[in-house]
Amino acid sequence: MSEATQTQKRPLPLNLLITVFIVFWVVLAAFPFVWTVWGSFKVEPDFFSRESWWNAIFGTYTQAQTGSAFTGDGYYGAWVTREFWRAVGNTAIVTVSVTVISLTLGTLGGYALARSGQRYAFWILIAALVFRAMPHITLVSGYLLPFFQLNIWGVLPTSIIVLVAINQPFTLWMLHSFFLSIPKDLDESAMVDGCSRFQAFRRVIIPVMWPGVVTTGLFSFLLAYNDFATTSMLLSADNQTMVPKISSFLGSVQEAGNVMYAVAAVVSATVPLFILVLFFQRQIVSGLTAGAVKG
Amino acid sequence: MPHKTFFAFILPSLIAMVLFIALPIVSVVVQSLHVEHPRVLVEVENCQPFGGCTKEVRVDTAAMQQLEQEQPMGQFNGLGTYLNRGHLAVNEIGAILSSNAGFGDVVSRIYNLPFYKALSFTLVFCFVVTPLAMALGFVIALAVNAVPKAIKGPVIFFSLLPMIITPLVGSLILYWMIQSNGIIGASLQNLFNDPTLSLRASPVLTWASLLFYGVWSNAPFSFVVFYAGLQTVPGDTLESAMIDGASRWERIRYVIIPHLMPLATFVALVQLMDNFRVFEPIVGFSAEANATSLSWMIFNDLSGDAQLFGSAGATSVLTIIGVIILLTPVLIRTWREFNHKVV
Repeated sequence: MSEATQTQKRPLPLNLLITVFIVFWVVLAAFPFVWTVWGSFKVEPDFFSRESWWNAIFGTYTQAQTGSAFTGDGYYGAWVTREFWRAVGNTAIVTVSVTVISLTLGTLGGYALARSGQRYAFWILIAALVFRAMPHITLVSGYLLPFFQLNIWGVLPTSIIVLVAINQPFTLWMLHSFFLSIPKDLDESAMVDGCSRFQAFRRVIIPVMWPGVVTTGLFSFLLAYNDFATTSMLLSADNQTMVPKISSFLGSVQEAGNVMYAVAAVVSATVPLFILVLFFQRQIVSGLTAGAVKG
Repeated sequence: MPHKTFFAFILPSLIAMVLFIALPIVSVVVQSLHVEHPRVLVEVENCQPFGGCTKEVRVDTAAMQQLEQEQPMGQFNGLGTYLNRGHLAVNEIGAILSSNAGFGDVVSRIYNLPFYKALSFTLVFCFVVTPLAMALGFVIALAVNAVPKAIKGPVIFFSLLPMIITPLVGSLILYWMIQSNGIIGASLQNLFNDPTLSLRASPVLTWASLLFYGVWSNAPFSFVVFYAGLQTVPGDTLESAMIDGASRWERIRYVIIPHLMPLATFVALVQLMDNFRVFEPIVGFSAEANATSLSWMIFNDLSGDAQLFGSAGATSVLTIIGVIILLTPVLIRTWREFNHKVV
């Protein structure tokens, strides 16, 4: 929008309305997180208070039970007693492997799709779009029986490969449209100079592709990190990643009166995402819009 | 690009997709046509020195194991699983239609069949959350566009959180706040002075809170896309609309909204696809008593002690058919556009 329309005077009530609405939205979006992070340092009767939620703010029972207004008991219980750190380690292995492998496959494939004008390239993209829409759990019900038969159920590598495959349609679409935005002349002139297609890709395209790859990588990471349907069905209890671990926490922990363990685990799982948004806000926004503007 | 080079580049990715997306779909279809073996029963005569003999029917575990080894899929069942009470429930629907007490009765009895219950929530979730989230996202985009630059960054940061958060974690966070001893649930009880008020107890409130979660987590995506779209609205068109005397509202209605229309189609498509697989909030809210979705049904079949592959397979196939129906308009349009380009 041009400066003229931006700076044009708005009537005061409208300005007020906008401000109130923005404040309302930010509170709606952020307050649940703030509240849960704050509450995770309290004891259960405070965070889940039947009397008054002021207890959660002042930590009445936390004070009475532990002697200070904040306690790390929830975190100790989750990380040490219930061995949440294992799940964190598994999540790190899974997310990093999924991101690296799906980017490697995706850049090669996306590049080929962007440079081929053939009809079958179009069909592959359409198939990828349909695959992208498949609910993951429907695929999982197809995996289980074969995986039991092949005896590869329950281990991390299986889940990693499955998540890479589930990720491919999205990665292909995203990188396909990114490579379309890199001028054809670049690699074609390299080929005129005597490079093979692969050499042209390696020497000319790889040096300029990083912005697109980083953005796509963020979304691959998020998919692997946020996945619940696949990992909860495909990993055995010992190999669980964070999200299925939290869900299996819920049942057992509620009975034992240790809901705060689950709260602490949930907060622990949120922190990496916070950091991600903090540092990569620009890339996330551009990634979301790139798909929209070009697709 | 020569065919050979093309396939050399895309082969790894293609293999991954064929092995882990296309083949599982085939495997799901095959599974859905089979059903678990019936239990092999043997009659055992149990004689005790003084008590005489009693006959007892037992499950023959050895024979069961052998059967499972030979045919891990179970026995062929044709379309039986699709038509049974847990899925399309053809007989039950027939019975309901032939004898009922009015339209309301038909609806409520069909709703009590598990598949239709899940289907109705899934569809309601899709078609309520998507437009509401888009509308909210659009309004946020308009508002953020109007605030000073220094505030925009932080506002966008906080706006991204509900979208980026792991769905299960996000729904747990909200659930803990709205349950009867959480901050919102307890405040609502105070407000209405009704200590029994609980979002979990009533189906309506459960649905409402799930839909709220849906809008909360979907709105940021629309917001970001629409906000980016707003930056590309041509200033000249806006200015000429102003010169023609268009009011603020008319400028939004006749300049900005038409400009954002293509983006809106894209957002609607992506969100419909994502909302159709609604699953994690139901687990997070422990809402399965009042609201189930197709994905949840599959999960439930698979995670029980006895994994019902046949039943899960049938639900999966029906879900996939639903996805394809949802996608048809888009596919047809893309196909036309592609042909247009080639010609």
